[in-house]
Amino acid sequence: MIRDPSLQELKRYNWRRFTPAQRMGRYVAYLLTVIALVWTIRGLDIYWPWVWDSPVQMADLFRRMYPPDFANMREILRVLMETINIATLATLLSLFFAIPTAYIAARNTSPHPLLVWVGRFILVSSRSVNTIIWALLFVAIFGPGAVAGVLAVAFRSVGFIGKLMAEAVEEIDPAQVEAMKATGAGPGKVLMYGIVPQVMPAFFAVTILRWDINIRESTVLGLVGAGGIGLILQGSIDMFAWRQVAAILIAIMVVVVLAEIVSAWLRSKVLD
Amino acid sequence: MELNIENLTKSYGRGQPVLNGLNLTVDGSGITAIIGSSGAGKSTLLRCINRLIEPDSGTVRLNDVELTALKGAALRKARRSIGMIFQSFNLLDRLTVMENVLAGRLGYVNFWQASSRRYPQADINRAYELLELVGMEEFVNQRASRLSGGQRQRVGVVRALMQQPSILLADEPTASLDPRTSLQIMELLQDIAGNLGLPVIINIHNVDQARTYTDRIVGLRYGHIMFDGTPADLDDAALDAIYDGKDWNEDPGEAESGGAGGSRGSGGAGGKDAKRELEGARA
Amino acid sequence: MQAQAPGSAGAAQGRPDYRWKRPQFFTNPYVRWGLPVAGLAYLLWAISTLSINWNRVSAGIPRAGRIFGNAWPPDFSRSNLIISGFTESIQIALLATALGLLISVPIALLAAKNIMPRGLHWFGRGIIIVARSFHPVIVAIIFVKAVGLGPFAGVLTLTVYSLGFVGKLLAEAIEEIDEGQVEAMRATGAGFIKVLLYAVFPQILPRQVGLSIYQLDSNLRASAVVGVVGAGGIGGTLMNSFRRFDYDFALAILLLIIAIILVSEAISGRLRSGLS
Repeated sequence: MIRDPSLQELKRYNWRRFTPAQRMGRYVAYLLTVIALVWTIRGLDIYWPWVWDSPVQMADLFRRMYPPDFANMREILRVLMETINIATLATLLSLFFAIPTAYIAARNTSPHPLLVWVGRFILVSSRSVNTIIWALLFVAIFGPGAVAGVLAVAFRSVGFIGKLMAEAVEEIDPAQVEAMKATGAGPGKVLMYGIVPQVMPAFFAVTILRWDINIRESTVLGLVGAGGIGLILQGSIDMFAWRQVAAILIAIMVVVVLAEIVSAWLRSKVLD
Repeated sequence: MELNIENLTKSYGRGQPVLNGLNLTVDGSGITAIIGSSGAGKSTLLRCINRLIEPDSGTVRLNDVELTALKGAALRKARRSIGMIFQSFNLLDRLTVMENVLAGRLGYVNFWQASSRRYPQADINRAYELLELVGMEEFVNQRASRLSGGQRQRVGVVRALMQQPSILLADEPTASLDPRTSLQIMELLQDIAGNLGLPVIINIHNVDQARTYTDRIVGLRYGHIMFDGTPADLDDAALDAIYDGKDWNEDPGEAESGGAGGSRGSGGAGGKDAKRELEGARA
Repeated sequence: MQAQAPGSAGAAQGRPDYRWKRPQFFTNPYVRWGLPVAGLAYLLWAISTLSINWNRVSAGIPRAGRIFGNAWPPDFSRSNLIISGFTESIQIALLATALGLLISVPIALLAAKNIMPRGLHWFGRGIIIVARSFHPVIVAIIFVKAVGLGPFAGVLTLTVYSLGFVGKLLAEAIEEIDEGQVEAMRATGAGFIKVLLYAVFPQILPRQVGLSIYQLDSNLRASAVVGVVGAGGIGGTLMNSFRRFDYDFALAILLLIIAIILVSEAISGRLRSGLS
């Protein structure tokens, strides 16, 4: 017979959402977060009057950008094409370094355990230095221009592609490699039949993804003199030609969105 | 064909050696079965023959070529004469059946032929004929990943045969197959051994299949040979010695749980005495 | 099964040879040949438009040698500059991550097809797309012009950056939730907010935590860079050192950036795998 519990019985079932240990953990986490944020806001050298003023300033800026001025569209598109070219060439260039580095950085294919560390070091250094910083370096070496830009984007891409490819290589099914060795195939043929087919989808997906990211990266190379749309953008900003700035930004956005659509479509085709 | 294994020793890490001074000679044709519970060293033994696993010491001779002394290109050349089929089939999943069987010729073609898939016409003909032999000719351009277990193993057999080997190693080829497909593969192996005159060494856990389909049975326990004779000679006492009193009648899952079957309970006690006698005789 | 000794060229046995061609990814031969040709043509054209000044390039190698010579050994002496720069970068990253996460949740909800009525989710998607299309450096320049030089612009920039990344992934996570839980909550008569709290948030929370940690790591790297255009942090210090040709100081900063990124990546990876 079901009957309503008495008050005493209700108190016996003391349901709480979190155990005491979990509650303690959550409080500690909240406390740490709050402390970190307070330290941050206190510490930052922020000029608060400007902060309160900022919505007004931004509204003013947007008003000056409207309507966008597409007068120089032909030149803008030409330079945008250069930006895309830089991204594409750089992605392809990076493959020449990324693939061998991934090969030696993967524990199951590397010729020597020491080389694994060498490979990893190369990949990590490449990834940790931002594209812009690489661009600064290459502009200092080779002077301003697209060469510095291509090298900068390429050097940054090696780490991205190499790391993901090394992970893909480490995840292959070793049974297929074993079977190829058993037929008497040499290391090159073992690689070609036993390893490459297994990592092909990852290879294409990663490369296409990096190309997509590189399009975005290449838009800012010009700001440090390494080619692409960034130069025109900086120039327009320096001349306070805000309506042209708006036009350039819209053009960039269209290109980036298109690249992303293309990249997503290609990757869906590849990951069968 | 003569395969000579002398004093083969292999241990993993600091534990007991998996193979301890093993001696075995296989000659002529026919099917030699290697039986024993898991961990007895069957897989290691097979892989030491074509040196997919490196033995710690000992020699392996195939037709007067000392396999254990070879290195690099010479070793790869020798591997061509040793075909192998695997428990998990080890097919190249993303490639087609045809490419999989042509891969059996990788030891014979050069890099450019391999990469462009321009194999000699004789190889292509042979591939088709062998695929017809095993009934897989309709799947020539089918992706290997879409095949069933039995189909995959048949492709694996063709790949091994494409090498024109002098001996075929089979590492538990039916362990992943259902009973009916299992028998199909065993019959196929019998055919190969009989009609093609190709000697087969097969690791097998199913003792009944070993008795029915093979000509010689070698029983391993802890890396030693406990039994070596015809299927007719394989009696319960021998089985107890090989399987250490565990059940050998069941599927490997139950056998590994160590004597799950009730019907063997009474036989176990008697078996242990015979086992001790056998051990005494060998020591 | 009768086996003959298999395979010689069939002509010898009076049988026609078997034909086999390797499987192709592109079945249409025009596409198969056209694509690589078009690709090669594009590459050659792209390289030609780059207007490479080969004199400059060849002069670059010795110049690189000189720069690396000046850069080594790295100069860590101006530690107060380095410390203040890095501290500011870390603070910018922290604040931006917090703000970004805060804003991402409602915007991701807006952008989710399964939560919002038809037209509204396009608006949310639009915001996220705009936030993602622009490299943080561009966003930084705009904000610097709008709100002035300094870390405030950096915080705003990285907040937008976080919104773009976290917002998109969170929206996708929301779209992938188990609808059954939402349905059950609605059936109990719960209002919109309660449905969110009980049916939606618990499903996306693990994802959100992982994303937060990843984004903090990302923001840390990005904060080092937005300083290059004046939005605060170590980037500005780095930019100045390049301008003044203080390559040894620049190398010191770079090495520290790499070290911090490595540490942060290790911690974030450890945290994320520990939580999953």
